[in-house]
Amino acid sequence: MPAASLAAVRSFVATPPALPAEQFIERPRAFAFKGVGKNFGDKVVLDGIDLEVPVGQFVAVIGKSGCGKSTLLRLLAGLDRPTAGSLTFRAEEKRGGEEQDHSRTRFMFQEPRLLPWASVVKNVEVGLTGIASGTDARQRALDMLAEVGLADRADEWPSVLSGGQKQRVALARALVGHPRILALDEPLGALDALTRIEMQQLLERIWLAQKFTAVLVTHDVAEAVALADRVVVISAGKIALDLDVPVQRPRRRGSAELARLEGTILDRLFG
Amino acid sequence: MSFSTRLHREGIGWALPVLVIAGWEAASRAGVMPANVLPAPSAVAEAFWRLTLSGELIRNIGVSTARALAGFAIGGSIGFALGLANGLSRLSRGLTDTTLQMIRNIPHLALIPLVILWFGIDEEAKLFLVALGVFFPIYVNTLLGIQSVDPQLVEMGRVYGMDRRALFFRVILPGALPAIFVGLRYALGIMWLTLIVAETISASSGLGYMAMQAREFLLIDVVVLSILIYALLGKLADSLARLLERLSLGWHPAFQNA
Repeated sequence: MPAASLAAVRSFVATPPALPAEQFIERPRAFAFKGVGKNFGDKVVLDGIDLEVPVGQFVAVIGKSGCGKSTLLRLLAGLDRPTAGSLTFRAEEKRGGEEQDHSRTRFMFQEPRLLPWASVVKNVEVGLTGIASGTDARQRALDMLAEVGLADRADEWPSVLSGGQKQRVALARALVGHPRILALDEPLGALDALTRIEMQQLLERIWLAQKFTAVLVTHDVAEAVALADRVVVISAGKIALDLDVPVQRPRRRGSAELARLEGTILDRLFG
Repeated sequence: MSFSTRLHREGIGWALPVLVIAGWEAASRAGVMPANVLPAPSAVAEAFWRLTLSGELIRNIGVSTARALAGFAIGGSIGFALGLANGLSRLSRGLTDTTLQMIRNIPHLALIPLVILWFGIDEEAKLFLVALGVFFPIYVNTLLGIQSVDPQLVEMGRVYGMDRRALFFRVILPGALPAIFVGLRYALGIMWLTLIVAETISASSGLGYMAMQAREFLLIDVVVLSILIYALLGKLADSLARLLERLSLGWHPAFQNA
């Protein structure tokens, strides 16, 4: 990716208001896991997960491969059903009757999963399925593409985009419907290091602007402490650590504060 | 792709046939090729002109094309429908696939004696054979196309709230289209092949009939003319299919800057 566009993305990162972690306690819950378990046959993947997340919080879920972190996310997005316990969402969504539990949860996959036969803007419009259609959908999709810095690629095929650009289109698709909850399953894992940092900054900027609740599954501890308000470590199907990250934004990568938190998390993972 | 480069590419494809015809004409004129084995291209052209003037050629081409297309429409639509049904429904596949695979292994031209007994030499016999021949390539490739649609994309469609209809038209069908086009082009070849064989054996009109009549009267120029017309019709059908393919698969990397 050319240096110019890196600079362009950098300049998007506005100075956000700092939110102390305690402030979230006053906020309504976005969702809550209560004693949630998930088995696949005899194999216990998640066991007795209790997790309450207030509206607008950015939670990172970390764990080694196979620890159940992706399953947690799939339960949240309604891709799987828990075998034990319950999963509840913000109360007024249920009272409204219009929206189902998962309807305002969007999922961003590890792969971009763009439709190769649809133009970039049509792919973003997929995120408006059942929300908007026609010229309205196109306009909203174009606006969202502008947000991720791809307005000029709207009518191209996904196959001509780079990996980072594809993932930005996928992000636009996930966010164009203004979800309440965004579930991210290692969406930056396959990107090169520089593109990844660029994407993290883009994600943070849009999260600050749209104020959705974000749940990011990652194996990158540095990414987790750089982006999240709170880091949850999953180990052998249980929550091993639930840590607030009370660091003001914008955060400086490599700062001593972040490094210390990173150390705590790594100790818990490998200790 | 600019018009001139396209002309250039197409031109390359036609260079070889033109060269062969020129060599053939030269061989005939030099007396190397006796006229009762293979008439000169000019003699074939003369036969073409004679039959065009009498209206016989146009009528026979019309009859054969109508048969080909009708048979194709019947067999192709049944094959497409069953391919879709079996690709989308496990129950439907379980019920019909074994039977269809058994029928597929019978060479459809082996049914000609039976078909003549059933239908005589009327139109139905030709339609039946063409439809049967066209059915399988379309069926097999439609089924394969649907089964090979990326399940990750289907999951994405579900997560983003597509209903079954949207999922089919926006994810499954476009994903299956490249394979369906392979089936279509294959089927077009089989369509002409089957029709010509059927017309040669039992017909009272059509290109195959024209060629067989000419053989009876030793009009070898008309026989060669018929064969050349098959080649042209086959190429025309294939070009149409490729045009359709280019128009609807513009997203596919294989069709970009091609």
